[in-house]
Amino acid sequence: MKQGKLWSWVIFILGALYFLVPLYATFDFSLHIRRDHLSFDAYANVLNDPRFQAAFSYSLIIGAAAIVVGLLLVVPAAYYVRLRAPHLRPIIEFITLLPLIIPAIILVFGYIRMYNTSSLIPLLGTNFGSDVLLTLAYVALALPYMYRAVDTGLRTIDVQTLTEAANILGANQATIIARVIFPNIIVAVLSGAFLTLAIVIGEFTIASLLNRQVFGVYMQNVGANRAYEPSALAVISFVITWGAMGMIQLLARFAPKTARLD
Amino acid sequence: MAEEFLRIDKLVKSFGGIPVVKGVDLGFNKGEFVSLLGPSGCGKTTILRMIAGFERPDSGRIVVEGNDIAHLQPNQRKIGMVFQAYALFPNMNVAENVGFGLKIAGMPRPQREARVEEMLKLIGLSGYDKRFPFELSGGQQQRVALARALAPSPRMLLLDEPLSALDAKIRVSLREQIREIQRELGITTVFVTHDQEEALSISDRIVVLNAGSVEQFGQPFEIYNRPQTKFVATFVGQLNTLNATVANAGQKTVTVGGATVTIPSLPATLRDGEAVALTMRPEAVSLADGATRDIVLDGKVAEVHFLGSVIRLKVDLGDNAISLDTFNDQRTPPPPHGAPVRIGIASSDVLVLGN
Repeated sequence: MKQGKLWSWVIFILGALYFLVPLYATFDFSLHIRRDHLSFDAYANVLNDPRFQAAFSYSLIIGAAAIVVGLLLVVPAAYYVRLRAPHLRPIIEFITLLPLIIPAIILVFGYIRMYNTSSLIPLLGTNFGSDVLLTLAYVALALPYMYRAVDTGLRTIDVQTLTEAANILGANQATIIARVIFPNIIVAVLSGAFLTLAIVIGEFTIASLLNRQVFGVYMQNVGANRAYEPSALAVISFVITWGAMGMIQLLARFAPKTARLD
Repeated sequence: MAEEFLRIDKLVKSFGGIPVVKGVDLGFNKGEFVSLLGPSGCGKTTILRMIAGFERPDSGRIVVEGNDIAHLQPNQRKIGMVFQAYALFPNMNVAENVGFGLKIAGMPRPQREARVEEMLKLIGLSGYDKRFPFELSGGQQQRVALARALAPSPRMLLLDEPLSALDAKIRVSLREQIREIQRELGITTVFVTHDQEEALSISDRIVVLNAGSVEQFGQPFEIYNRPQTKFVATFVGQLNTLNATVANAGQKTVTVGGATVTIPSLPATLRDGEAVALTMRPEAVSLADGATRDIVLDGKVAEVHFLGSVIRLKVDLGDNAISLDTFNDQRTPPPPHGAPVRIGIASSDVLVLGN
């Protein structure tokens, strides 16, 4: 084996151990709820807890809503920037990066100030209003990932020519986006959607301060009162996130193939 | 004369203050196949895109069947277009691609399927309806793109360099097929190309463009044999130049290679003793046969290019060098490099071009 290849393997194994050892330790710990033997009781406890089911369902619903709103916002915006306003690209990229620069704690305090019960838009006055605000907060939080995923998808197709071809065949802008552009970037869109879901499942700060019982908040509550169940929850959380990532890989196989030029 | 189908009036377009189309006036007849020919940046694609509605003219009118369409969106113009990059929708199969315009127009499914089948038959791709674009060759994709453009029965067809991404053999067969289909349907067609051979071979008329202006508009025979400007003469086909001196402007005689000959096309504006450039096509020059050619010059073979059916020779005449084309003769090999040769030119084939 060549020297360079050996070092590549050493670095790869060290990197893999750095990620896998804590994960294995967490998993192993979650199985030790009974002193005398290994069991999945911690998982059974978590999955049978009605509060888990409620929090998890709520997170999924908010996640789905955030994906829909995010796509309705990002797909037309990225399409328009690519087609008609490429000079706006640096500005849009900067805006979409803001949620990575501004900590969630700052964002949520801003929301509370802007949308409290004595403000012009008192979203926090009702449960539904708070749900809407949480959804919009997650849309903002996922914006860097969603925008980049969609923009990367748009890069793989000839947006301008496909738009013009559909346009001269009689299609209007909405039809072009829905029937020509969207189906050809579906894998990129799904990548953005699963990334958004992964963020929503793991988010704690915003939901906690808006007093919403999401999965992250439930995890924190369980962590404060139990020993083994938080480890089981961490493993479940990992499985969900990895499942989402795996789905992106799986769906990439079904992407419409770019036509060949010869 | 019948009313023109498409009239372009004083069309002007600039990009970032740089004029690209400078007051172009053109008129096309119904059912005509017209090529816009010119080098890169001459404005041919911009004119086509203005007809399609993808670019808005700064000023001027585009009139189709008597109606100004300049204010209409592309999807309201009822025009079909084929793009250089095919632009088939990758997520749709051949039938869905061809039927796209019909679906948008709200045609019921049974009629749509029948029309798609009819179009696929027209382009010789029956049975390919379930295939996706990535499963087709470039030539097949472009035929599908043609069928897609024609399916909604547009009143005009625009072709934006549809053959330039294809290899040479496919290019020739597809251009013949395009012309055949165009004749069969009788659809007015505007074809953009930078390839003069393509334009000459399939067009009813050709518009030669240079730097945003029309240099010449005419039938291929006229464009090639009677170019009105030096640009047209040099851009369309090969051109030889012989340096000569005006002997007697009134009698249209010049001195070239020691001989005095009459040039019927000599402009009356020239004066005696003035230098003049005589131009002619390579096929107007022959290896000497003085009986039929009144300009006879001696030189040496500088280059021999065997092109198959045609042999192109470059002859060094001392002050001038000239290319000539001669048909391949299976019994006589071409003269070797350095061989002395005599060439003949008919003075009636000589052009004296202004700029």
